[in-house]
Amino acid sequence: MSKRTVQFKIYRYDPDKDEAPYMQDIEVELDPHDVKLLDALVKIKAKDDSLSFRRSCREGVCGSDAMNVNGTNALACLTDVDSLAQPIVLRPLPGLPVIRDLIVDMTQFFKQYHSIKPYLINDEPPPERERLQTPEEREELNGLYECILCACCSTACPSFWWNPDKFVGPSGLLNAYRFIADTRDRATNERLDNLEDPYRLFRCHTIMSCVHVCPKSLNPTRAIGKIKDLMVRRAV
Amino acid sequence: MGHTDSLEALSVNVAKRTFDAVIVGAGGAGLRAALQLSEAGLKTAVLTKVFPTRSHTVAAQGGVAASLGNSTEDHWHWHMYDTVKGSDWLGDQDSIEFMVRKANEVVIELEHYGMPFDRTDAGKIYQRPFGGHSMNYGKAPVMRSCAAADRTGHAMLHALYQRNVRAHTQFFVEWMALDLIRDAAGNVLGVTALELETGEVSIFHAKATVFATGGAGRIFYSSTNAFTNTGDGLGMAARAGIPLEDMEFWQFHPTGVAGAGVLITEGVRGEGGILRNSGGERFMERYAPNLKDLASRDVVSRSMVTEINEGRGCGPHKDHLLLDITHLSPEVIMKRLPGIREISIRFAGVDPIKAPIPVVPTAHYQMGGIPTNFHGQVIVPKDGNLRTPVPGFYAAGECGCASVHGANRLGTNSLLDLLVFGKSAGESVVADFKSGDLSLKPLPADAAEFSLARLARLESQQEGYAVADTRLAMQRVMQKHAGVFRFNDLLKEGVAAILKVAEAAKSTIINDKSRVWNTARQDALELDNQIEVAKATMISAEARKESRGAHVRDDAPDTPEHPNGRDDQNWLKHTLWYSADNHLEYKPVQLKPMSDDVEPIALAKRTY
Repeated sequence: MSKRTVQFKIYRYDPDKDEAPYMQDIEVELDPHDVKLLDALVKIKAKDDSLSFRRSCREGVCGSDAMNVNGTNALACLTDVDSLAQPIVLRPLPGLPVIRDLIVDMTQFFKQYHSIKPYLINDEPPPERERLQTPEEREELNGLYECILCACCSTACPSFWWNPDKFVGPSGLLNAYRFIADTRDRATNERLDNLEDPYRLFRCHTIMSCVHVCPKSLNPTRAIGKIKDLMVRRAV
Repeated sequence: MGHTDSLEALSVNVAKRTFDAVIVGAGGAGLRAALQLSEAGLKTAVLTKVFPTRSHTVAAQGGVAASLGNSTEDHWHWHMYDTVKGSDWLGDQDSIEFMVRKANEVVIELEHYGMPFDRTDAGKIYQRPFGGHSMNYGKAPVMRSCAAADRTGHAMLHALYQRNVRAHTQFFVEWMALDLIRDAAGNVLGVTALELETGEVSIFHAKATVFATGGAGRIFYSSTNAFTNTGDGLGMAARAGIPLEDMEFWQFHPTGVAGAGVLITEGVRGEGGILRNSGGERFMERYAPNLKDLASRDVVSRSMVTEINEGRGCGPHKDHLLLDITHLSPEVIMKRLPGIREISIRFAGVDPIKAPIPVVPTAHYQMGGIPTNFHGQVIVPKDGNLRTPVPGFYAAGECGCASVHGANRLGTNSLLDLLVFGKSAGESVVADFKSGDLSLKPLPADAAEFSLARLARLESQQEGYAVADTRLAMQRVMQKHAGVFRFNDLLKEGVAAILKVAEAAKSTIINDKSRVWNTARQDALELDNQIEVAKATMISAEARKESRGAHVRDDAPDTPEHPNGRDDQNWLKHTLWYSADNHLEYKPVQLKPMSDDVEPIALAKRTY
């Protein structure tokens, strides 16, 4: 890769001085080592320190820098800047209130995560050593425990846009199934009761945007399907 | 001062919140400490710059050490020996004994919290070999690293956060602590903190303050660390008159992705990965005939740099080496190292199933930090006692220095450190609270003045240096003058250079003056902390005239009188750096273990 100039259109809004949000045209010269979209944002910020976005690990495990990139939710640190059509249009994650620029208020997202009791429930006195689990039982957690809570999926979901207060959303449901699938957890019935509701689980209409955007290649739709299966099986 | 009026106006509006305890940082150490306090019913505030699961513990990959012995025979005493030897005898043996003996307990607790460890066929926690960990006092590699694939830190941080949700821990998410509050007697009374969303400053007044703010690897140009690793706790402590211990010792991880700096776990070598030079040679056989690629990190990093310096580096610029796992079966790679494969494809453009990964030693971990004992109490020299606890102040995790890592940390001992000392700091707070040792001491009238003055300075500064430029200047100085190998003349120049950058950092300017989520202001405040860490590192490194662990200098070579350049007669001691006048003091290493019936690990030349 060489030096090149890249065109951006970036959503800007500072409630302290802007009456309304606007799209700003920005051009930036990138060095050969600027590979990821996050590298470009850091470069832009070095010129205009008012551009605001979250970022931390820069390797796709902390989940901070989710944003809407050319219409699709993605992590800036995992997106190759040269793979994107220009001008690269950056907006905050859709469906959540914007605090400033690319920073959204994630309260609703985390409220839904917390609503599924995201912790192991097992009130039996623990053994002195580890609770045993076969490698096969442990494998059931693969594709579930890796969630980084970036909110790419939930904020790509039309059902979550409509009912963020009532529908748990793909991330929360994936995490709910992570505990249902854990042989050490003793609260499957309680977890299913918690989701048996016209909105909390059943607003998922298998649109599968969540699967499409997940930067960790997880499949919330499949997890939701498994919860629905368990609910049906429980009923008959 | 032109801004006095506005400062007074601001001062009146500073909200005060009162707690039994305030914990700064919600990575592994902060979350582990928080559990102790929440479960004991203390009114606790956990302040964190980022949502807890975004803390840098999340990026740890290879595992956490514990002598569970699930796959090979193991014993805590072997772990103690490995850790003392790994530290090049600079680690405090009382703290090390405490840590390795607590390891099984804290790892089993995590499993009970729900952490998804990989499993052996018998259903127990899976363990893999790791650098510097051995059985029978250095005889052969041991399987001691408890792992969840190559995402151990992620699995651990989420399990700890989840357990805190269950315990109803009160978090202040996206609040940045600014300064430590002390009274005239030196008692610690809490912190000032900035709410990022509103830009408002509050005082968190508490009986106990626990720092768990992590590391500062971003003082270097090339680092495996997250952007947020800016040494905030170290900066706050240093500005408040607390010395920083052993800051010359920085770990360069052997395998950062060349160019990108992203970490590739040592677990890759634990699973059988091999480092090769441009001739395809497994060069570690020459440097560490016994443990080879699984020698201690400082040893492997120096061997790699030597290979590069002697012209056996790879690539068009001969500037990196290759980490080869193409001989492992794709099934093993997909099962045990899936995250590494993902990182390698994304950041090196290489699928490690088919081709080796380009890697280079990269700044990774600070062995030093805020001095503590193994109870997690911050200790300073006072009235002739070199280890006097500072009333109300505790620290744990990478920001603390117990000191278990000494001059070089073993892989997987950092996750163990944050669990053990996060818990012990929490237990100490609870014990001190119950015994009545902790009380809510009155706040001085000017408790927030220092923080407000820093903010007012940024608000009014018209001429000076851009934060990004100043930060880059600091990073380049540290990279050049305090790297894998150290040179007398470069160290001397480095001290002058970093003091110059520090001077510039006093007049940083920001253009963004908004109150709401002002990341320019945050960057500037973080730079203040980074500068303290950078000064501590350069000045401590220049002064230590020996080679030990990660600190190896050209004028202290390997001689019969000083094997490996180590000079125990003059330098078997901890450095203490004070910010106020950059002066150094020293204190002895604790060579005596915690228990009377445990033999000390006797001084010896370190070979692998």
